[in-house]
Amino acid sequence: MANQMQSHSSQAQDHSKSSEHAHPTLGLYFTIFGALIVGTCMTWAIAFVDLGAFNPVVALAIACIKATLVILYFMHVRYSDRMTMVTVAAGFFWLLILITLSLSDYLSRSLITVH
Amino acid sequence: MVKRRDLVSTNQTTTTEHHPALAHHFDNMEQQQGASTFGMWVFMLTEIMMFGGLFAAYLIYRLKYYDAFKAGSTSISVSWGFANTLVLIASSLTMALAVWAAQRGDRKKQVTFLILTMILGAVFLGVKAKEYKDKWEECHIPGHVIGKGFNTWGGCDVNNPKLGNIADEMRDPKEHGDPSIPEVSAIQTAKQTEIFFSFYFAMTGLHAFHMVIGLGLLTWLTLRARSGEFGPAYYTPVELGGLYWHFVDIVWIYLFPLLYLISRHQHHG
Amino acid sequence: MSTAVTTVKPVMPAKHYLNDNYGIRSWLLTKDHKRIAVLYLVSITFFFFLGGIFAALIRLELLTPQGDLFQSDTYNKLFTMHGVNMIFFFLIPSVPAVLGNFILPIMLGAKDLAFPKINLMSWYIFIIAALFSLAALVSGGVDTGWTFYTPLSTGYVRTNVIVMAVGILIAGFSSIFTGLNFIVTVHRMRAPGMTWGRLPLFVWANYAASLIMILGTPVIAITLILVALERGFHIGIFDPKLGGDPVLFQHMFWFYSHPAVYIMILPGMGVISEVVTCFSRKRVFGYSFIAFSSVAIAVFGFVVWAHHMFVAGISQYSAMVFSLLSFAVAIPSAVKVFNWTATMYKGSVTLETPMLYALAFIGLFTIGGLTGLFLAALGMDVHIHDTYFVVAHFHYVMVGGMVTAYIGGLHFWWPKMTGRMYPEAPAKLAALITFIGFNLTFFPQFILGYLGMPRRYHSYPEEFQVLNVLSSAGASVLAVGFLLPLIYFLWSLKYGEVAGDNPWNATGLEWTTTSPPPTHNFHEVPVVTEEPYAYGEEEGSGVH
Repeated sequence: MANQMQSHSSQAQDHSKSSEHAHPTLGLYFTIFGALIVGTCMTWAIAFVDLGAFNPVVALAIACIKATLVILYFMHVRYSDRMTMVTVAAGFFWLLILITLSLSDYLSRSLITVH
Repeated sequence: MVKRRDLVSTNQTTTTEHHPALAHHFDNMEQQQGASTFGMWVFMLTEIMMFGGLFAAYLIYRLKYYDAFKAGSTSISVSWGFANTLVLIASSLTMALAVWAAQRGDRKKQVTFLILTMILGAVFLGVKAKEYKDKWEECHIPGHVIGKGFNTWGGCDVNNPKLGNIADEMRDPKEHGDPSIPEVSAIQTAKQTEIFFSFYFAMTGLHAFHMVIGLGLLTWLTLRARSGEFGPAYYTPVELGGLYWHFVDIVWIYLFPLLYLISRHQHHG
Repeated sequence: MSTAVTTVKPVMPAKHYLNDNYGIRSWLLTKDHKRIAVLYLVSITFFFFLGGIFAALIRLELLTPQGDLFQSDTYNKLFTMHGVNMIFFFLIPSVPAVLGNFILPIMLGAKDLAFPKINLMSWYIFIIAALFSLAALVSGGVDTGWTFYTPLSTGYVRTNVIVMAVGILIAGFSSIFTGLNFIVTVHRMRAPGMTWGRLPLFVWANYAASLIMILGTPVIAITLILVALERGFHIGIFDPKLGGDPVLFQHMFWFYSHPAVYIMILPGMGVISEVVTCFSRKRVFGYSFIAFSSVAIAVFGFVVWAHHMFVAGISQYSAMVFSLLSFAVAIPSAVKVFNWTATMYKGSVTLETPMLYALAFIGLFTIGGLTGLFLAALGMDVHIHDTYFVVAHFHYVMVGGMVTAYIGGLHFWWPKMTGRMYPEAPAKLAALITFIGFNLTFFPQFILGYLGMPRRYHSYPEEFQVLNVLSSAGASVLAVGFLLPLIYFLWSLKYGEVAGDNPWNATGLEWTTTSPPPTHNFHEVPVVTEEPYAYGEEEGSGVH
């Protein structure tokens, strides 16, 4: 039946490519490792330089880059299907909801004073 | 309308070749591997939210009590923190290499890299233990229950030279609060710094707890790897163990700047 | 097999999941999702009646204006234990862990959930959590309210808060593992032809609830850990005396606990979707809208939590934002109510017991939901926060909504789970008694709250007595309504009429297998070729 032909397609399963995906080569692993070490040293060194309010910004920015490298390459997300990336993104997005909405309460307390 | 058929028309593997690790409710290894990996990522989502809750609370207090947090941060050793970060990153590399070796079926390399990862993890925990001991001696354990208490709250002598920066804040309360009541503002600052240490111990403690569990998982994986269980057709447990270990690494990647590097430039040297 | 025109009496299948293996080990070490569902059924029924006993004691005390039955401290323990047991040990697991565990894999055409061992572990985690909770109970109970507000819970009460907090956070992990299992199963284990657009709405609802479980529950876990640490080690995270911030506790607590109410209600809404289409013999109206509204509720539910904190000291600006978002979150729920109603329009509606519960749900949930909008309005909330208006609101959505849906779902799938029909006449009577008892109990509470009676007090001014007496009278009727199903369900296990594969002539993969199903769910793996809810499409049997 025509229907069965349709059902034979990959509609039924979210086909995971993760078992067939390419893996990073040895060289790539070591390169990423090097980048992480460099990032860590940079974070440490920059901490002793006065950038005013930008110190934590820079430190966290480098941390985000390092985390992204670990996620993409060590955790193979770069080579996984879209569902995996959506899952990772959802996690950080939800954390952002918690942080920003809570912070918005604290930061806006001085904006409107009620008499 | 539902039709009944004898065979499942999912993938090509309708042969009866049956990998010993295939669970009965899955149709084939690919489905099992995909489900397991996806499940691990979903679990990781929950871990992001759990640590995230702590991070959110920490951020709010850091904004509220910035000076006290600064003082607390500078009293923990940035050198040890930096060294530990390098150790953990190295262990992430060895873990990734263990997965790489497992995928190739190279039994010797798998086991070697897994054991290296565990050694590096143990080194990390050892350094953390040393840091905790330092905090114990400096009377920086928050609360009145463990150890000698926190600064003057529990009885530690504020003139003790080991107390360093926090004692400075307490001896010079003019920057913090009402200068006409030096004792009150000093106490306030001390309380706020105590909160920093509450977060320090809660965050690094939760992280260390996850590392201990990680070491347990790695031990189990190493034993299975030694018996040659993993190869190109089936190495999912190693991959999942790797995902867990990398996650714990990522948490530390954020913990290090957040806890150790608050405004270091003012206390250079 | 069509039963519409046949006169052959159905027989129980020879081998099914209940008699496949005997002995306590085969139950305690089972990996079969259906047996695990039964384990959960027994456990949560215990907690339902335990929570009910506390409710009975509360309503007994409130018969008279004076606090004459219990000391105020004891009364505090009563409402705390009522809330904790009902929410964490009954409502949150109810539909997902019992009906979801049982039916969801079968609806998908799968042989089991993705991770059967984790499923079993989730039940054991629930039991361990239950033991902690019972330990807290027998060592004097907890008196902080189920909301554990600080610094009362961390610095002032002398009850066993830590044990209870640990119990709740462990129960949270049980919930997380159930949700994780559901999500992976829905993504990876659907039968051939079962596309996302053909999923039963019950699956969509449980999927959305599972998203909330995994994203929200970890936050309350860490919050309760901090509460336990603060209480145990006297550190000041939430205690202002020690430099902490009690409002921060409320932010972190409600970040989970508000989405938690959607964990509770969404699976119930899934049940209603299934029941309404079956007993209207009509394809559901607006399938995509109902499906997406489930996900919308899950997502929106995460950005409204501070509407529990309007008078706690958050900024006015923040309160306005949360109020606006709380109005928005009502919209997807309303979409569902409209669609269910439209499904019934021009359908051939029959009033079997599950349908009675579904109709009750639609009415009562609507009332509960609309009164939530009253609370979402900042100006009104200032007056009715912490009054019986709030109590009535959440009982309308949780009991009139969720418990009604759960019991309706139990009736709907009871034949599938046990192979037996429950007795229809006592069931209809029980439904009617429950409906009357429920409204008599909780409607007066709206009025009480509006008139100013505060919640969580064991005594009240004399002028509130009449309404309180009505409410307590209603509670005794409601108790009868809840006890009756316990009795006749148990009776039906031995004496109920044999149900056959599809006593309701419903669509859905679960009705194509035997009642009870075999251990591996299907004798032959199904292939799905049609849209869901194909009721009334063909003449005659209308099923297969």
